[in-house]
Amino acid sequence: MAKELAGLDKEKLKKYWAENIKLTAIIMFIWFVVTYVAIFFSPELNNIVIYGFPFGYYMGAQGSLIIFVILIFWYAFAMNKKDKEYGVEEEE
Amino acid sequence: MAKTSGIGGTAFLDNLAKIYGIYTGGFIFFVIALGIAEAWFGMTPIMIGYVYMGITIGLYAVIGISSRTAKISEYYVAGRSVPAFFNGMATGSDWMSAASFIGMAGTIFGLGYDGLAYIMGWTGGYVLLAVFLGPYLRKFGQFTIPDFLGARYGGHAARSIGILAAIIASFTYLIAQVTGVGIIMSRFLNLDFSVGVFVGLGGILVCSMLGGMKAVTWTQVAQYIILILAYLVPPTVMSYKVTGVPVSEIMYGQILQKIDAKEKVINADPKEVEVMGLWKKQADDLDADIKGLPGSLAAKKTALQEKLAALPATATVAEKEAIDKAIKALPATPEIAKEKWSDAKKAALGKSKPIKPYLQPFARLDAKNMLALTFCLMVGTAGLPHILMRYYTVPSVKDARVSCGWSLFFIFLLYFTAPAYAAFARNEVLSNIIGLPIAQLPQWMANWGKVGLVAFKDINADGILQFYELTIGADAIVLAMPEIAGLPYVISGLVAAGGLAAALSTADGLLLTISNALSHDLYYKMIDPQASITRRLTVSRILLVVTALISAWVATYKLTIIVELVAWAFSIAAASFFPALVMGIWDKRANKAGALVGMWVGFLSCMIYMIGSRFYGLDIWGIRTISSGLFGIPLGFITIYVVSRMTEAPSQELQDFVESVRIPRGAAKGQED
Repeated sequence: MAKELAGLDKEKLKKYWAENIKLTAIIMFIWFVVTYVAIFFSPELNNIVIYGFPFGYYMGAQGSLIIFVILIFWYAFAMNKKDKEYGVEEEE
Repeated sequence: MAKTSGIGGTAFLDNLAKIYGIYTGGFIFFVIALGIAEAWFGMTPIMIGYVYMGITIGLYAVIGISSRTAKISEYYVAGRSVPAFFNGMATGSDWMSAASFIGMAGTIFGLGYDGLAYIMGWTGGYVLLAVFLGPYLRKFGQFTIPDFLGARYGGHAARSIGILAAIIASFTYLIAQVTGVGIIMSRFLNLDFSVGVFVGLGGILVCSMLGGMKAVTWTQVAQYIILILAYLVPPTVMSYKVTGVPVSEIMYGQILQKIDAKEKVINADPKEVEVMGLWKKQADDLDADIKGLPGSLAAKKTALQEKLAALPATATVAEKEAIDKAIKALPATPEIAKEKWSDAKKAALGKSKPIKPYLQPFARLDAKNMLALTFCLMVGTAGLPHILMRYYTVPSVKDARVSCGWSLFFIFLLYFTAPAYAAFARNEVLSNIIGLPIAQLPQWMANWGKVGLVAFKDINADGILQFYELTIGADAIVLAMPEIAGLPYVISGLVAAGGLAAALSTADGLLLTISNALSHDLYYKMIDPQASITRRLTVSRILLVVTALISAWVATYKLTIIVELVAWAFSIAAASFFPALVMGIWDKRANKAGALVGMWVGFLSCMIYMIGSRFYGLDIWGIRTISSGLFGIPLGFITIYVVSRMTEAPSQELQDFVESVRIPRGAAKGQED
């Protein structure tokens, strides 16, 4: 099963995983802020009104969703790049 | 590789954009042609209904039948050849159920800001899926989710729990979809509900039986296109009519302000206050009745019987029957009376107070319950097996990552429109319906009143409709919107076809999950590992049909508990599946003992709170039943962590396996078997 590990530098693998964890943590932090912190402070955020949208409402209805989509694509592109950097990408 | 023809062949895969582009164009042309037939040739609604259902199900059937396959990897994972973009579309329709399509906007219409928990919960879960699970499952690259549990935690025990949880979570959900199909079929084709269920069942089976995952994938893409077109048309037209700009998602900001202003006007209207007072009185009366049980029930019965006896001989049969009916309608026992009257009292009390502002957070759900619900829905989303297994079908880990993004993008298109849908509908009701003389109410209210989705009663007998004299069912918002917006029936039919597509596509994915868990995990992996390919496929197809028949049979009973069970399924998936899957990838030290105990602890603690809070008054921090996963999820994680560290570490081989899952290199490609 682990044939794909053969020939890979252990230290390099560790670093690859550490970088992945770092990126995941950043993404999870943003994810947490745009949903849970935004929900918690929505009564205050609602005092800001943009184009008719109270900001707290807007975050729940659209803002957080747009950020979710961006977060996933960001993660995908960053990791696909990192794979190559560390030589762990898939064979074509 | 030589060019192969047919669905799933290389010629097909190379031209996907063109093929589905022509399909979309063709479908739009077909809708316009139907519109012309309605306007100029007097096509009747029922004919339009039949044409829509016939054409769309026919299309799905053609795709399903031409995707038939005898290859294992095509049957289980569509040959791992589905491009990220199209897997995103397929996941979108796999995910968006009849409830998302028909019920979501109505939920927000009723709950206001607090309803957004569903919008955020059902989309934010994809972030969890994208970073914690999707790419790694693709790297693992087998056929099912129990496959992963079996490989990672060794032996049949973990696999068995996986099979059990997959079936429990998927089956309740499946029944809800089949019920949705039956409702749409019966309403738009005037069929009996049970007939509708079985006709719809045929539509589900032709898509999945012959071609398995391959057929389901390509029909789901086709279904996504229809459902998203159907969803976007009515609010776009409504936005154009009300604001002059056909982009409902941007324009509903000003509509929100109108709603807010209108609610204040209504709350200050003396006639509205009068109706609220009448509801308060009714609540007080009910309260007195409840306190007076069992005497009050007996007194009601005696009073009615005396009235019946006191009727003069000249009384008509109808008068007698009316009193007879009232006697029969009384609750049979004091216990039932208590439950029934308490519910009625709660509803009456809700209508006795001024309207809670639509935009105000936590008016209907307190802050902690809103946070808890959002969290449980997110984790549940990331733990549902029929969604997770879609990421086995893409060609590479790279594609799996990108595909998570496309999945959420396609889901986002519907979910970010739903609040706009709700706002336009609420504005219409508050501004143009409330305050109308009862005699002048628009036709759509009568149409949907017939099927019980709209109800009104002139409580203060002033001939004018007040806010609390009107009840609108959640499902009415999406289904009635075309008529509210004054669109021709051809658009109503389109919405029905969209709802049907949403229900069918989700049903297909669920059905496949259940039958694969049984045929692949239980039969092939655990009972008969020597089975030939033909035999495995035959067993799988038989199980598919049997599962479908059982779900249709259960659906015909129209159990009201089903809707509630679906909500429970999320928490069950979240508490039992999610921790074991995530720990399997992210914690090398997690072992079999930890996973087994963890899955049971997650599952049981979730069940205990569900049943306890629903039926026996269990209450921790005021968390509602629907968010039971709040306790099961962390308990599951902690248990796996602690028990794993108290027992022996996994073998070197398993630890290497975890290492290998973490890097894309060496991922399995679509096999030729």
